Amino acid sequence: MAQTLAARLWNSRWLLAAGVIAVLIAFAFAGISAYVLVPALLLLLAAAMLPAAGMRQSAEGAAAIEAIGLQRLSGEYLAAAVADPLIIFDHAATIVHANAAAFAAFGGIAPGMSLPLKFRAPEMQALLDNVLSGTVASDVVDYTEKLPVERAYRVSASSVGHGTDLYVLVFKDQSEARRIDRMRADFIANASHELRTPLASIAGFIETLRGPARNDPAAREQFLQIMQNQTGRMARLIDDLLSLSRLEMKPYLKPGTEVDLRQTVDSVIDSLAPLARENSVVIERDFAFGPLNVPGDRDELFQVFENLLENACKYGQSGGRVVVSIARGDDGSEPGIDVTIRDFGPGIPEEHIPRITERFYRIDVETSRTQKGTGLGLSIVKHILTRHNARLTIKSELGQGAAFSVHLPAA
Amino acid sequence: MQSVHIVSAYDEELKYLSKRIAAMGGHAERMVEQAVTALVNADPGLAEKVIRDDAVLDEGQREIDDKAIIIIAKRQPMATDLREIIGAIRISADLERVGDLGKNVAKRVAAVTDGRQPTSLFRGLEALANLALTQLKEVLDVYASRTVDKISFVRDRDDQIDAMYTSLFRELLTYMMEDPRNITPCTHLLFCAKNIERIGDHATNIAETIYYIVTGDQMPADRPKGDKTDKISLSADLTAK
Repeated sequence: MAQTLAARLWNSRWLLAAGVIAVLIAFAFAGISAYVLVPALLLLLAAAMLPAAGMRQSAEGAAAIEAIGLQRLSGEYLAAAVADPLIIFDHAATIVHANAAAFAAFGGIAPGMSLPLKFRAPEMQALLDNVLSGTVASDVVDYTEKLPVERAYRVSASSVGHGTDLYVLVFKDQSEARRIDRMRADFIANASHELRTPLASIAGFIETLRGPARNDPAAREQFLQIMQNQTGRMARLIDDLLSLSRLEMKPYLKPGTEVDLRQTVDSVIDSLAPLARENSVVIERDFAFGPLNVPGDRDELFQVFENLLENACKYGQSGGRVVVSIARGDDGSEPGIDVTIRDFGPGIPEEHIPRITERFYRIDVETSRTQKGTGLGLSIVKHILTRHNARLTIKSELGQGAAFSVHLPAA
Repeated sequence: MQSVHIVSAYDEELKYLSKRIAAMGGHAERMVEQAVTALVNADPGLAEKVIRDDAVLDEGQREIDDKAIIIIAKRQPMATDLREIIGAIRISADLERVGDLGKNVAKRVAAVTDGRQPTSLFRGLEALANLALTQLKEVLDVYASRTVDKISFVRDRDDQIDAMYTSLFRELLTYMMEDPRNITPCTHLLFCAKNIERIGDHATNIAETIYYIVTGDQMPADRPKGDKTDKISLSADLTAK
């Protein structure tokens, strides 16, 4: 109430000021007594506090203009402005419109497609049935998608307007919160298992150093060296686990960024030159001509090629050379670019090939340990490639070396 | 997506069929996913739920069969419509089998989780299940979009699943030979792996049916046999060790 009064006073401030001045002038010139002056001023103030009819009219006018603007606003533009995936559908659950975020998140949806055929999860089916049958005006469910990457959404469905016969489905991404929970559980499960071995060995050596080897400088030096190696391994393991967890945190790629594969692979080769020299491996390049760009995240793809090339240098050391080739792969079902990293080492036994991208899967535990492997490198590669819709093909023949081929789809 | 008939109720009936197939597909996907989760996390409660859920799929298949027969009798469908209806019958049978296989995995949860098994075994099984589920998901997505030109991925994945299964088979065999106490859980896990591999086969069947529905032709029959477990023998494995 006080606020409205204040607003009215403010709105009629000029009128009020003019009135006050007029009364003061009359007071000064006509010489009317102060008894008349005070009631006159009070009257002016009260008049200003009365609601002004003109004001109400102008507010209505503004609302009318706004409504016309809103009616002109196309649903398409509105949908495009929403950052969350949004799908508009009709009474037959056929998609009428999907915004860019929905295309990016779900892919393979097009107007005219039947919605329950795409979102088959039982809770989504129930949601659509509820809203379309008219039992509820709007409804919300939690929907999770496990493959290809885990995503969780809070989905709300509701009818749009009166008699439009249209409905809208909005997906609110909840993946992050869920993933943090999962990550914690996963991290503890993986880390506790893998960290226990080096930790046990360090504890054992400490015991020996304090006991039998207390006064043996030669043994002390040797044990401390082993302990240093073990702590180094634990540090690497934690780094890898963290980068894997970070990757799992990010649900999908931002669209629109392009990566120059030639430049990326070149810088990977440069950064691994010291390692190659150390292992006396020569890295050969065989790049196709012309631009080699694919949509993707440069840092992530850098890590993919770094891990693959590092493996090739370490495990294919006996071959003496590693060939990195980039070629346009247009023969398959989808056009794209193939990056192949081929070594000439001992190769991978056939029965292990399907498994080596699993976490902590090692063909030979001893070799992996001496090469400072954590058992997570290829797992990280696989994860990044899944996010890029890319494919990893591994071909190997015993004694002939192994070829890791990454197929990145073109835009 | 579908042609428009003079009798709009006919369109409605066809749409209903495909909607029911999708709902069955969603249930089957969920069942397999939960069965494997129950196995990996040793969760008998979730396994129970999966076993109960199988009734939904059985019911779905019966309903689709009934509806399809009625449509054929009433409408005397031709060409695409006929293929659509026959396809629905076939796909629902495949999905019902997928549900059975998922249920069978769930039933073994208690037997497997009696003694704690090495985590690597479960990781392998999980990876195999992810491959099979991706296969199923992609195939059902094709059923929704009817873009059969990209269906060749099905064969690639089938090869991957077979290779993965062969590798798991070998690993389980090694564990059994190491310690006879492993034989009970490993045998159950072997059946679980086999079931999951079969799910991939059913997904491939569904892909072939969809190809037939959309094009009217059979998918070219160059299905290579990637399952090499028939060649793995104990003695071969022993000499390899």
